Amino acid sequence: MRFDVRLFALYRERAGASLVTVDLPDGASVGDLTSAVRVDYPQLAPPEVRIVVAVNAEYADDDQLLQPGDEVCLIPPVSGGRG
Amino acid sequence: MIILTDEPLDPAAVTDSVRRDGNGAVVTFLGTTRDNFGGKTVTRLEYEAYDVMAIKKMHEVRDSLRADYGIEDIAIAHRTGRVDVGHISLVVAVASPHRVEAFEACHEAVNRIKTIVPIWKKEWFADGSRWVACEDHEFADEAEHRHAHAERHAVTTGD
Repeated sequence: MRFDVRLFALYRERAGASLVTVDLPDGASVGDLTSAVRVDYPQLAPPEVRIVVAVNAEYADDDQLLQPGDEVCLIPPVSGGRG
Repeated sequence: MIILTDEPLDPAAVTDSVRRDGNGAVVTFLGTTRDNFGGKTVTRLEYEAYDVMAIKKMHEVRDSLRADYGIEDIAIAHRTGRVDVGHISLVVAVASPHRVEAFEACHEAVNRIKTIVPIWKKEWFADGSRWVACEDHEFADEAEHRHAHAERHAVTTGD
């Protein structure tokens, strides 16, 4: 399965790309995807930090299985702030 | 009314959208660009959104508040792109029969927006910029907390 993974904000700047392509075996999970992305882009986040993923515009757990055609995005921490 | 736009926001229009004769209280929150952070002068903010998911999550925030507070009339508008000092990036308007629920629901709306809606804020200074992850421990779980604090110390770049 091949996924074009969208990156936003901090992750986009750290990777130097807004879209990165990842090839995964059938039956791969969200956790497998972030592991693969980390290999190519170790600068995204420290190993101890979980990279949050959205699949088809919904937050996904690491054990969720990916399907061909899923829209996958990496979600940096949202804006927060005292406003 | 749920709005995500790169155009200036109209707080009066957002507020009017929740007004009904059955409501005796209307609370409107405006989030505006502050001119400083940590003693440094902020020149502008820049917001980036995952549009489709942001709109979906703004609807979820509204639906969850309706369920939790029994309030129907809630409107949210968020701006993206460049927002200069003093300009408005977020409008939340809540109307209810009585004031207490309106104040509480409006406050909670802002908290939930900042927790689950995928919109990111970049502060620009005279000498650089930083993506804002966490200023006051708003993240829900411990992993997010650690992430936020790691980012806070690591993100400032000199571009």
